Amino acid sequence: MSTPPNAAGNRPAGPPSGRPPFAPGGGAFGAMGRPAEKAKNFKGTLLRLLRYLSPQSMALVVVLLFSILSTLFTIVGPKILGRATTIIFQGVMANIMAIRAGRPTHSLDFTSLGHIALLLLALYVTSAVFNYLQQYIMAGVAQRTVYALRRDVDAKLARLPLRFFDARTHGEILSRVTNDVDNIATTLQQSLTQLISSIVTIVGVIIMMLTISPLLTVIVLVTLPLYGVVTTVIAKRSQQYFAAQQRELGVLNGHVEDMFTGHTIVKAFGHEDRSISHFNAINDRLYAAAWKAQFVSGVIMPLMNFISNLGYVIVAVVGSIFVTQGRITVGDVQAFIQYAQQFTWPIMQTANIANVIQSTIASAERVFELLDEPEEIPDRADAVVLANPHGDVRLEDVDFRYRSDIPLIEDLNIDVRQGQTIAIVGPTGAGKTTLVNLLMRFYEIDHGRITVDGVDIRDIKRGALRSSFGMVLQDTWLFHGTIRDNIAYGREDASAEEIIRAAQAAHADHFIRTLPDGYDTVLNEEASNISQGQKQLLTIARAVLADPAILILDEATSNVDSRTEVLIQQAMAKLMQGRTSFVIAHRLSTIRDAETILVMNHGQIIEQGNHRQLLAQGGFYADLYNSQFTASGPPEPEPPLAAVS
Amino acid sequence: MIRLYRFLRPFTPFIIASVLLIFLQALSSLYLPTLMADIVDKGIARHDANYIIQIGELMLAVAIGGMLCSVASTFLSSRVASGFGRDVRARLFARVETFSLHEFDRFGTATLITRTTNDVTQVQMVTLVIMRMMVMAPISSIGGLIMAYRQDRPLTLVFAVALPVLAAAIILIARASIPLFGLMQTKLDRLNLVMREGLTGIRVIRAFNRIAYQTHRFDDANADLTDNAIRANRIAALLMPITMLVMNVTTVAILWFGAIRINNGGMEVGSLIAFMQYVWQIMFSFVMVAMLFVMVPRAAAAAVRINAVLDTEPEITDPAQPTEPPTRLDSRPAVSLDDRAPAALAAELMSALEASPTVEFRDVTFSYPGAEEPALNGISFRASLGEVTAIIGGTGSGKSTLLKLIERFYDVDSGSVLIDGVDVRALSQQSLRSRISLVPQQSVLFSGSIADNIRYGRQEASEADIMRAAEIAQAAEFIAGAADGLNTVVAQGGSNFSGGQKQRLSIARAIVRRPEIYLFDDSFSALDFKTDARVRAALRQETADATVLIVAQRVATVMDADRIIVLDDGRIAGIGTHHELMQSCEVYREIVASQLSIEEVA
Repeated sequence: MSTPPNAAGNRPAGPPSGRPPFAPGGGAFGAMGRPAEKAKNFKGTLLRLLRYLSPQSMALVVVLLFSILSTLFTIVGPKILGRATTIIFQGVMANIMAIRAGRPTHSLDFTSLGHIALLLLALYVTSAVFNYLQQYIMAGVAQRTVYALRRDVDAKLARLPLRFFDARTHGEILSRVTNDVDNIATTLQQSLTQLISSIVTIVGVIIMMLTISPLLTVIVLVTLPLYGVVTTVIAKRSQQYFAAQQRELGVLNGHVEDMFTGHTIVKAFGHEDRSISHFNAINDRLYAAAWKAQFVSGVIMPLMNFISNLGYVIVAVVGSIFVTQGRITVGDVQAFIQYAQQFTWPIMQTANIANVIQSTIASAERVFELLDEPEEIPDRADAVVLANPHGDVRLEDVDFRYRSDIPLIEDLNIDVRQGQTIAIVGPTGAGKTTLVNLLMRFYEIDHGRITVDGVDIRDIKRGALRSSFGMVLQDTWLFHGTIRDNIAYGREDASAEEIIRAAQAAHADHFIRTLPDGYDTVLNEEASNISQGQKQLLTIARAVLADPAILILDEATSNVDSRTEVLIQQAMAKLMQGRTSFVIAHRLSTIRDAETILVMNHGQIIEQGNHRQLLAQGGFYADLYNSQFTASGPPEPEPPLAAVS
Repeated sequence: MIRLYRFLRPFTPFIIASVLLIFLQALSSLYLPTLMADIVDKGIARHDANYIIQIGELMLAVAIGGMLCSVASTFLSSRVASGFGRDVRARLFARVETFSLHEFDRFGTATLITRTTNDVTQVQMVTLVIMRMMVMAPISSIGGLIMAYRQDRPLTLVFAVALPVLAAAIILIARASIPLFGLMQTKLDRLNLVMREGLTGIRVIRAFNRIAYQTHRFDDANADLTDNAIRANRIAALLMPITMLVMNVTTVAILWFGAIRINNGGMEVGSLIAFMQYVWQIMFSFVMVAMLFVMVPRAAAAAVRINAVLDTEPEITDPAQPTEPPTRLDSRPAVSLDDRAPAALAAELMSALEASPTVEFRDVTFSYPGAEEPALNGISFRASLGEVTAIIGGTGSGKSTLLKLIERFYDVDSGSVLIDGVDVRALSQQSLRSRISLVPQQSVLFSGSIADNIRYGRQEASEADIMRAAEIAQAAEFIAGAADGLNTVVAQGGSNFSGGQKQRLSIARAIVRRPEIYLFDDSFSALDFKTDARVRAALRQETADATVLIVAQRVATVMDADRIIVLDDGRIAGIGTHHELMQSCEVYREIVASQLSIEEVA
C-alpha cells in the first residue's frame, strides 16, 4: 500500500545489467515473468481511464512533449560524443603520420573539442531539465487523477444500496479503494512516462544508428528477435512456477491462519507436533516452487545481457573492420556501441511495462465495475419531509425476499401506534436486520407498503425518514474520535450542554467523567479503550440526542457485566418512553409488556400477537417459552426467555 | 537483519560460490571494454583485421563465460534465498507452537500470522536482491575503478569529484523525500481508517443521515494524502535526472581531460573509449545500491519482528522429570513395603484416593502480565468425579481464566492447581491436556472435513465414535443434511457453518476425546434454546464418570449444577447450589436479577 520513493522499492527492482543502460527512468523488472492479471475488456477500460485523465489533457500533452524532448536530447549525445572521439583519434593518427614523415606534430583541435563539450553539456542539462519537468507535472496529473477516482468511489459508495454491502466483505470493497487505486497511481506516476521514453528511445536510437551506418544497424537489429524469443520462452515457464509458488503460499498462509487462530485448541488437544509437521510439508513444497520461480525469472537478465553483449562484440569487430576500411570513423563505432547498449534497457522495460499496464487495466476495471453498480432509487422529486413524526408505523401486505428464489417475508401486516413496543423474538439473527433494513428503507420491499404517520416511506426523503428512527444495536458502531464527537453524531448542531444531558440520560456521564480526558477522550481505532457495555451506553446517548420518534433497540445479553447491564436497561427504558420501539428482545419482562410480539424463525415471521395470545395459540412461541422448564428443573424463579441473535 | 542471517550458515558454501561467480561475471563485463580498447589502439590503428577478429572471438568467449557465471549464481542465490526463507519460516512456526497463551496474547494472532508469512517473504526477497545485486554492485564499481586506474591513473581523479557529488545528490534527495513517503503511509492509513469506518458503520451513518459528514471526512483525508503524494513524488522525481546529469557531465569531463592527456601523449584513444564505459559501470552500480537501500529498511523492520518472536522463550515448559499421574481407573500407585500392615496401608491409600478430588484449586492467585489487579484472587475449591461445577460472573470476573489455569495455559502466581492431587506444573503438558476436553468460547474449526474436525479430539476415533459424539452434540442432524455428510468440507475458519453448528461440532470434538475432565467455556451461547437443552441433557449421561466445569453467562444454564461458583472481580463471592446462593449470595442475586425482571425473582 505504500508508495516508496522510487521504482526500485515498489516493484522489486530487477538486477542491473552488466553494463549500464542510458535510458532515462529507473526500471523495474520484478514483474517480468510473472503472470499478469488480464482485464476482461481491455480497450473499453483503457478508454475510460483515459477519460479520467482528459481534464488534464493539456498537462499530459506537455508531459508527452517534454518526455520526447528529454529522450531525444539524450539520444543525440553518443553521436556527438563519437564525433569528439573521432577528432581526437584523427588528431593522434595525423601526428603519428607526421612523426613518421618527419613533419611537426600539431596539438589536438581543442577549439572543436571545446565546442562539442559545451554542446554536450547544454544538451544534457536541457535533457535533465525536461526530464524533471515532465516527472514534476506527471506527479500532479497522476495524483489528481487518483484523487478524483477515490472521491468518485467514495461518493458512489454513499449512493449504493445496502444490498451491495451485505453481499461483499469490507476487505473486498476496501481493496478497490486502496490496492487497485494505488496500483493505478503508481502506473500513472512511473510506468506511463517510462513507456513513452522507452518507445522514443528505441525509435530514436534506430534512426541515429541508421544515420551512422545502415549496414551496422541491420546487424544490430538482427539481435532484436532474440530478446523476444528469450522473453517468451522464459516467461512461459516462469509463469507456471510463479503460479505454483502462489498456490503453495496460499496453502501455507491458510494453515498458519488456521493454526494460529485456533492456537488454544491446538494446545488443548496437544496437536502441536502434528501441526508443525503439516506445516513443514507445505513449507518444503513452497521452497521447491519458490526457488524454481526465482531462478527461471532471474535467468532472464543474464540472457538479455548476453544478447546485448553479443551485439556489442559484433559491433566492435565489424565496426572496427569498417574503420580500417575507412567506411566509418572510430567515433562512430563508439557511438554505435553506446546505442546498441541503449537498446537493451528500453526493450526489457517495454516488455515489463506491458505487464504492468495489463494489471493496471485490470485494477481500473474493478474500480469501474464498482462505479457501475446500480444505485439506490433516488428520492422522488415531490418527496416530503415529516416535520414532527409521531411514530405510527404500518406494514401492509409486505412481501420481501433477499434472493428472488427464497421467500422470506410474505404478506406481513403490522399496525403500530405511537409509543407502542414491538418485541422481536426468535432463535436466529436474520430477522433483526431484515426489519431494520425494511423500516429504514435500506432495502426496497417487493410488494405492499410501509407507512410512517400514514405516509408511504417511498414518498419521504430518505434522510428525513432515517432521521425519524434511532438505532441502538448490539454491534455498537463508534468512530475514531472523541467521545463528545461520537455522541454528537446523533445531531449535528448539538451544544455541549445537550451532549452532556444526553450522556446523563443514558447513564454514561459518570463513566465518561472517570476517563482521563472525560468527554475529550479519544476512542482508539477498535474503540477498545472502553468496555463493550460502555460503548452501548454511548450509542444510547447518541440516540437520546438524536431524539427520534421511532426506536430500534437490541437488548444485549452477552459480554456486559451485570452492573453495566442494569444501567443499560434503565437507560433503554427511559429512552423508550413515549416512543414507538422495535426491540430485539431477550428479557421476559420486555416481551410480556410488548403490545406485539413478532416471533421469527429462519428469518421469517412465523407468529404475531401479544404474550397471552401467543401462549394460547400453543405454537412455536409457547413451545419456546415452555421448553425451558424441561431443561432447568423447577420453574423458580422464571428463567429468561432467550432470544439468540 | 544481520542476526537473522545466522540461518544462512548451512548455505555458506553456496553463498561463497555464488559470490565468486558474481565476481567472475563482473570481471567479464569489465574486461570487454578493455578488449575493445585493444581493438581500437592496436587493431584499428594498425589496420589489422585479423587481430580485430581474434580479439572479437575472445570477447565472445568472455561474454559467454560471464553469462554462464551469472546463470549459475542466479541458480545458487535462488536456492539459498528460498532455503533461507523456508528455514526461518519453519523455525518461526515451531517456536510459536510452543508459546503459551501468555506469549501468544502478547503478540496477538494477527501479527503472528503476518510475521510467519509476509515478513518472512519480505526478508527472503531482500536476501535474494542482496545476493544478486548488492554483491554485484560494489564488485562491479570497485572493479571498474581498478580497471579505470589501470588504463590511466590521472584521469581516475575525475571520479574523486564525480562520486562524492553523486552520493551527495542521492543522500539529499533521499533525506528530503523519505520522511514524506513515511508520512504518506500514515495518511494512507488514515484514509483506510475513514473508509473502513464508513463501511462498518454504514447502517448507523445512513440511519443518522450523516453521509455528507462522512464524505467530508473522506475528502479531507483524500486531499491530504494527494497533496502529500504530489510533494513526495516531485522531490523523488529529482533523482533520475540528477544522477543522469552527473553521469553525463562526468563523461564529458573524461572526454575533455582525456583529450588533454592524449595530446600530451600520456594516453591512448582506446583507453579513452574504455574509460567512458567504466564511468557508466561505476556510477550506475552506485545508483543501484542507493536504490536498493530503500528496500532494506522495510526488510530490516520485518527481521526485527521475526527476531522478537524467535527470542521469546515460552514461559511454560515441562518439568525436567514429569510425574506420571495415576490414571484413575487402572494403575493405582504401587504400594511400597512399609513396616505398617499392608492391609492398613492399602486402606489408607484407597481412602486417600477416594477423597482426592479430580480438580482442586488451592488458594490460587493469578494476574495477567502487566495487570494491576489479579484476575483471580485466593481461589480455592474442589470439583470431584461425576460432578458438574458451574462458574458464573460478569465479564472480567475471571471465569474463563479459571479454566485456562486448569489447562495450564498460564501458570499461577501463588497457590496451586491440582489434578488428582498432583500439581499441574509437575505433569508434562502433553499428559495433562490428554486428560482434558475443552470447548472454547469462540468455536474454532480447522480446514478439512467435518470428520477431521471431530477426530481432532482423538486421532484413533472410529467412524462410529465420531457419529456417536455428533449425536450427543446434536450435530448429527445437520451433518446428515449436509452435502457430503461427515466428509463435508469445512472452509477456513468454519465460515460455511453457523455459530450454533460450529459450537456443536466443537462439543462433538470434545466428546470423542473421552476425557476425565470437561471444560465448557460458555459453550452453549450460540445454541438456540431447545438445542441447548437437548445437548445438555445428552451430555449429562455422557459425562457421568467425568469431572465437568461449565462457565456460563445465563443463569438458566447453571441452575441445576451440583455446585455453582460465583466470581466477582476475581474473587469467589459464593459457592453452593442455586437455592443456597439465592439465600446467601448478594452477587448471585444481582446477576439473576439483571437477567430476570424484578417481579419474576421475587
